[in-house]
Amino acid sequence: MAKVLMKGNEAIAEAAIKAGCLHYFGYPITPQTEIAEYMAKRMPKVGGLCLQAESEVAAINMIYGAASSGTRCMTSSSSPGISLKSEGISYIVGCDLPCVILNVQRGGPGLGGIQPSQADYYQATKALGHGDMHLFVLAPSSVQEMAELTSEAFDIADTYRIPVLILADGALGQMMEPVDFDLIKKREDIPEKDWAACGHEGKRKKNIITSLFLNPEELENSVLARYEKYKKIDENEVRYEKFMTDDADIVIVAYGITSRICKSAVTAARAKGIKVGLLRPITLSPFPSDELKKLSQTASKFLTVELNMGQMITDVKLAIECSKPVEFLGRTGGSIMTVDDVLAKIEEMGGNK
Amino acid sequence: MSVVFKKPNAMSDVPMHYCPGCTHGIVHRLVAEVLDELGIEGKTVGVAPVGCAVFAYNYFECDMIEAAHGRAPAVATGVKRTHPDNVVFTYQGDGDLAAIGTAETVHVGARGENITIIFINNTNYGMTGGQMAPTTMLGQVTTTSPYGRDQNIQGHPVHVCELMSTLDGVAYAERVAVNDVKGVRATKKAIKKAFQAQIDKKGLSIVEVLSTCPTNWGLSPVEALKFVEEKMKPIYPLGVYKDTTGY
Ligand SMILES: Cc1ncc(C[n+]2csc(CCOP(=O)(O)OP(=O)(O)O)c2C)c(N)n1
Ligand code: SF4
Ligand SMILES: [Mg+2]
Repeated sequence: MAKVLMKGNEAIAEAAIKAGCLHYFGYPITPQTEIAEYMAKRMPKVGGLCLQAESEVAAINMIYGAASSGTRCMTSSSSPGISLKSEGISYIVGCDLPCVILNVQRGGPGLGGIQPSQADYYQATKALGHGDMHLFVLAPSSVQEMAELTSEAFDIADTYRIPVLILADGALGQMMEPVDFDLIKKREDIPEKDWAACGHEGKRKKNIITSLFLNPEELENSVLARYEKYKKIDENEVRYEKFMTDDADIVIVAYGITSRICKSAVTAARAKGIKVGLLRPITLSPFPSDELKKLSQTASKFLTVELNMGQMITDVKLAIECSKPVEFLGRTGGSIMTVDDVLAKIEEMGGNK
Repeated sequence: MSVVFKKPNAMSDVPMHYCPGCTHGIVHRLVAEVLDELGIEGKTVGVAPVGCAVFAYNYFECDMIEAAHGRAPAVATGVKRTHPDNVVFTYQGDGDLAAIGTAETVHVGARGENITIIFINNTNYGMTGGQMAPTTMLGQVTTTSPYGRDQNIQGHPVHVCELMSTLDGVAYAERVAVNDVKGVRATKKAIKKAFQAQIDKKGLSIVEVLSTCPTNWGLSPVEALKFVEEKMKPIYPLGVYKDTTGY
């Protein structure tokens, strides 16, 4: 297939369908409603289903049911709607169910705004539901990557029996760029869903999907088993992009839409002879901590650039064990920093030439 | 020797945790008998609630899913819409179905989801120790309406079959009671009809069962059966509230 020009939101929807996700459950909210609309148009044509739920709470529980019965499925929303889904997400984690959830972030707290934001970083990576749990969080930074990571998200979800969250923002969702779906790679060896509750047909024992363990020892063991799985994920699935970091004195850490701005700023700073580079986490959870730690041996300063009041900065400090100063540049509420803003910050930090 | 009483195949061979005199167990048995008689255990997926019936997944031999409090109808929707050939039922209490899960309940009715709801009305939150439920009757004492439910403070009870019967997607809504042998027989008949309606793709079917909670009502099992007869039936009249099945 040749390249096609698409909005980020549409690329995600089409990539999901191409990944064999024929069931979408959602509830309208700006800035991700195009996804539901795209699904509503396309699904009937490919023998799938797009169902508009009565709320985000219902939508995530439809996902819970669909995933329980072994179906590839997806829901999408934006910040306030994701908060509503958090109860369901915790149950999905507690039952080890695979599914894909998309958060096209907008500004908050509360009803907030509808402009781009990365203010749900903490929620996504630390606490998208009660209990001892993590989500696997992917952060695309281009429309092509939105398509590729969406497909990958389904494979990762099925491989490890986990929900995968794609954390995007309004700018990426609305952005139009060429996409080549042929570049998408599919994983082999996806395990059979022999655990699914879809009728035993008298051929096996009944399957039970539950997150309830009243016996503390049983609950502890179920959580420990899940954390073993997280360990394997940490070892195998951390992803990031490095840009001019090898000799960098200042390392910028940024993901998603801000990483694009930072990349331009790095190029501009390099033209002025400043040794700066960019580390772009593609997985926010697990976080590329080992790579950052390595970079802390050669870089003298770090800078995180985020569309929030400073959230990922905590993970950077932890990763490098506060061995080097970490500065922060951020905007919140829907405004985006410019390349010049980032460049000025780099110069202010006095990067070595 | 002939067997006169045996466990239905669709019922698991484990002791139930229900209190003495609680009718949850009777309704479980009736559902299992219907699964046997219709020969559908192998393609059935049950959805358990949060409430006293939370362990229903241990008591049925079909595949089972434990939903979050109130969300069973949405979970059942997810199963049914991706596996239309499965028979899908939820088993829910009054707090689960008519308080925290009201939206999910109403909208499976509006969409005419082809699922079956078994609804246990025991006029209180059994599991958490007898708090007021949406179905608690005016004047009824619970731990959170200690002076009796007062319409000016706690509002009015919710009549689920009446409410559901107003929705176009509901094919069958009947209220029954399990406080006597006649009622148990009628309940079984209603449950069987509800599952048949689903098999024939008629739309949503719901059976509301007036049920006992002797523990939290502070009554003996026998007094509890009388409570259903004398106090509940006048407020929650038995009968078919909607039936478009054509059976
Ligand atoms: C989100 C959430 N809120 C509250 C509870 C606590 N809770 C457990 S069961 C229950 C009420 C159950 O009552 P009902 O649905 O009437 O079932 P019964 O026990 O009477 O059969 C409540 C409030 C919970 N588990 N989850
Ligand atoms: S608390 Fe009430 S509803 Fe729950 S098992 Fe006991 S009698 Fe039954
Ligand atoms: Mg109750």
